Amino acid sequence: MTFEQTLQRLEEIVRDLERTDLDLDRALALFEEGIGHLRTAGAALQQVDARVQQLMEAADGTFTVTELGG
Amino acid sequence: MARRTSGYGPPAAAEDGTPGSAPENAIAVHTLTSAAKDLVEGAFPPLWVRGEISDFKAHRNGHWYFALRDADAQVKCVVWSAQQRRIPATPDDGMQVLAFGQMTVWPVRGDLQFSVRAIEAAGDGLWRKALEQTRLRLEKDGLLDPARKRMLPAFPRRIAVITSPDGAALHDIITVARSRSAAVELVLVAAKVQGEGAPESLVAAIERVGRWADADLLIIGRGGGSREDLWAFNDERVARALAACPLPTISAVGHEVDISICDLVADVRAATPSAAAEMAVPSRRELVGRVESLGKRLAAAAQRREDRAVAALAQVQKRLTVAASTLAERRRARIESVAGRLQALSPLAVLGRGFAVARAANGATLSDVGQFRPDGTFDLWLRDGIVAATAGETRPLPDAGPISFLPELP
Repeated sequence: MTFEQTLQRLEEIVRDLERTDLDLDRALALFEEGIGHLRTAGAALQQVDARVQQLMEAADGTFTVTELGG
Repeated sequence: MARRTSGYGPPAAAEDGTPGSAPENAIAVHTLTSAAKDLVEGAFPPLWVRGEISDFKAHRNGHWYFALRDADAQVKCVVWSAQQRRIPATPDDGMQVLAFGQMTVWPVRGDLQFSVRAIEAAGDGLWRKALEQTRLRLEKDGLLDPARKRMLPAFPRRIAVITSPDGAALHDIITVARSRSAAVELVLVAAKVQGEGAPESLVAAIERVGRWADADLLIIGRGGGSREDLWAFNDERVARALAACPLPTISAVGHEVDISICDLVADVRAATPSAAAEMAVPSRRELVGRVESLGKRLAAAAQRREDRAVAALAQVQKRLTVAASTLAERRRARIESVAGRLQALSPLAVLGRGFAVARAANGATLSDVGQFRPDGTFDLWLRDGIVAATAGETRPLPDAGPISFLPELP
């Protein structure tokens, strides 16, 4: 799941929970799932710096991505 | 046009036998025009001429022909097809231009001819026209349709950047991306952004990113420069490659005022490379804020749900208690009613009405005379007690038939 999908799912869960006609079992399951996504999103945000790399294409059409100095 | 008033007639006697010096050694026409060509080309270095375009024709043979003129004179001009790629667009009649070329003679017709290698329109007429023509072609193919514009991903994981490895644009993009500092990877796809071969290099880089297909977004651009420096981004081939790119694209060419063809084709146009990075890279602070707010909403929603559950439970409990007590009440009433009816139906109840029941010692009811033995003992059950009795003789009922309780009819 990408960061974007995680946040989207989280939005959905919160919206569902904010609806009033949800049965309790379902609400609890959603809440648990939401907490999981919240942790994932928080962890992703711990990664600090943007990485800078360079794309190289070999003669045979294979690609390599190498760190770019600076 | 000053008319010469002297010098007509046969040349002064130069009867030394040089070609053309006498009727006997007259020269051929082509010799004359070729000599004139050499003479003219020797006399004029390549130079800039200013004038107005007229009678422009792009000939089927690929060459362009026109006249350059001013109020008093004109000269025939040609642009050989091989020279045309340095000229951004075909000039229009009436356009004021500066033409760079070589004065010569076209021997076939004996015409003076200016062979043009470069044209600059006064102002930016030609560049404008070239842009407009490219734009129209792209528009005709639907490549500028707003409906084609794709949304940028909100959280790109990896961003491909096509630009020069040592230009200001790359530096700006990296700086902005780092300052926003979300977990994003920038991948440089180096390309030549100006000069000879730049369009081809840009096309190759765009196609490479498409084949690689492992980025979420493409930024293509360069810092500001002269119109010629930025021209590769107006190249139709570059624009078409960009339109065909499978990733969403941001074009960031030059400064805010320069709008390039790439800007028109890209999904989003950024005024500068820095602005492109700002659009592409989500800000970590914003993201943290968003995640926190989602967390709060989640907790609040869960709390509300829990409160409601507790309230609902209390409600159910109350209803249950009420229902249970109602049930018990009803059951008691029913038991009482049954007991009452049972009581009424009890055979012993008839004792209350003055009847007696004879019962044997073993409790059996004695209802036939045959059950009695003379001097046999039995119990007689009355309303308020039991009498021990001894049987006497037996005899039939007075009428030897069942007793009729019906009153006699008169």
